[in-house]
Amino acid sequence: MESGIFHTTYESDMALRRTPWMRWRIYILLVLLAIFPFVANNYYLTLANQIGIVAIAAIGLNILTGFTGQISLGTGGFMAVGAYTSGLLAANLGLPWWLTIIIASIFTALVGGFFGIPSLRLKGLYLAMATLASQQIIEWAIIRSPLTGGVEALVLPMPTVFGRRANTEFGFYWVIFIILILVVFYAVNLFRSKIGRAFIAIRDQDIAAEVMGVNLFRYKILSFATSSFIIGMAGGMLANYRGIVSFERFTIEASIFYLAVIIIGGMGSVSGSIYGAIFMTLVPAILTNLGQTLGGSIPQMAKLIPFIRQGVFGLTIIIFLIFEPEGLAKIWRDIKDYLRLWPFSY
Amino acid sequence: MPRGFSHTLNSSTLQPGELQLKIENVSLAFGGVQALTDVSLEVRQSAITAVIGPNGAGKTSLLNCISGLYHPQDGRILFYNQGNEHELTKLKPYQIAKLGIARSFQNIELFKHMTVLDNLMLGRHNHLKSNIFTGGLYWGKTQKEEVENRFFVEDIIDLLEIQAIRKQAVGTLSYGLQKRVELGRALAMQPSLLILDEPMAGMNAEEKEDMARFVLDVNEEHGVSIIIIEHDMGVVMDISDHIAVLDFGLKIGDGTPDEVQRNPDVIRAYLGEDLAIM
Repeated sequence: MESGIFHTTYESDMALRRTPWMRWRIYILLVLLAIFPFVANNYYLTLANQIGIVAIAAIGLNILTGFTGQISLGTGGFMAVGAYTSGLLAANLGLPWWLTIIIASIFTALVGGFFGIPSLRLKGLYLAMATLASQQIIEWAIIRSPLTGGVEALVLPMPTVFGRRANTEFGFYWVIFIILILVVFYAVNLFRSKIGRAFIAIRDQDIAAEVMGVNLFRYKILSFATSSFIIGMAGGMLANYRGIVSFERFTIEASIFYLAVIIIGGMGSVSGSIYGAIFMTLVPAILTNLGQTLGGSIPQMAKLIPFIRQGVFGLTIIIFLIFEPEGLAKIWRDIKDYLRLWPFSY
Repeated sequence: MPRGFSHTLNSSTLQPGELQLKIENVSLAFGGVQALTDVSLEVRQSAITAVIGPNGAGKTSLLNCISGLYHPQDGRILFYNQGNEHELTKLKPYQIAKLGIARSFQNIELFKHMTVLDNLMLGRHNHLKSNIFTGGLYWGKTQKEEVENRFFVEDIIDLLEIQAIRKQAVGTLSYGLQKRVELGRALAMQPSLLILDEPMAGMNAEEKEDMARFVLDVNEEHGVSIIIIEHDMGVVMDISDHIAVLDFGLKIGDGTPDEVQRNPDVIRAYLGEDLAIM
């Protein structure tokens, strides 16, 4: 139990991790994450990699929707832009895979910034419709374009690091791990400095923000571009990780999935994006495993199990939203508050 | 700079008494509703100018024209600072904010999920230089800048006596405190001209006294020019140097508190002499 935290400088008062224990917690977590691939089998590594990519894209979406308050149904489309840009550059021009991901991120930022233009006039559900249109336009462009191979999947050359294959589960774990750390680091710092504060101000009260000197148009486009940069990066990573790109992974369903991730994890919370990614990846996996066990013991139910799985998944989400609309990030915060004062919470 | 402020609170370069804001024949209509008709007004440096009038007289509309939220169909609004003349009706709100025109709103428009500190730091927006790249790195220049501005924001927190709530989310604060934070956010901009829209509405006598003291502190110690809308006539007559009276979008009176109190048009607008006769 603490009696209080007393800071003597503004630097330490404004630090992200304000006590030694908070810092140590992060170091311990990082060490555990670094040990993980050496002890986990391929199945768990696959899950971890999926979580990582979902978390990166979710942080990207959270910057736009959770922090800036601009609802977007275009995440799938922006991811597709990143994935196809990276894939096409690698397949047709033979550029190194890491370079294609960087170029893909920048290109997706431009595309995202462009589709952010309606946000100056449209808010809330109307903006959601406009971003839905961007999703449809991107899907249409991918299917119709002679460049992308249309409905056929695009196969990427094998990504390598020093001549060795990089997209094994073990190898790509490190790519995702490092990029996720960088993205988290970037996002948490952004929201304690000028630009991030302006984003949050736009979400909370846009007219006041403008009267305080925030150029709404510029900052909304900037938010779209930053968000799309990260989403495009996740798309480019996904393409190289799988070695194959197909538009079916990036439909409106993907867009809704990512909205669900940040709503369950916590809107306007960087860590919430990660919790949401873990939840939305692990719960279906656990349900699948349960279903297989169950289907083995009761063969009559085998056919029903996929439907039950979908139903249980949906129900879990609904229950979560009813009991904690602020998401997993809030639950974690409550637990920490409780433990800090335990056992004398008065 | 009084009381050890790390920055000057007043960013106007004019001398007290110089012409700072000149509203010339401004007319504003929303469809068939004439909100302002041919309104002219002058605001002088370091004066407290009050705009009063019954509900719906166009007071807030006039302020919204100054801060660029409304664009009048007719007339000009000229603002003087640093030797330049700016035509405000042609500028966007964020450009007007850059000139140092800060304001508070009638129905508190704070960023309610942000802490008091973050709200005040947002007021520093135009004075901060970090961008989308350096902001994400934080250490180095950005941290230095954030800390430097934190010092100034803390000066304002001291001035307004809101130390105890600096880390609370604004949405959880009481109405009176929120009004105070909103004044603080406007002050954080280092205003050359401070516009307050009903800063004391809905407050009890004690809170009003506090707020009046803060407004006077800012004006007298720091020389900030203030335009204020307020319904409490006691406060208005006590603190303002100059009063303009609006009624149905027309300016019906203009002068010192004494002159305005004796103005027959003003008396009619407030007491409704016409109605009394009928």
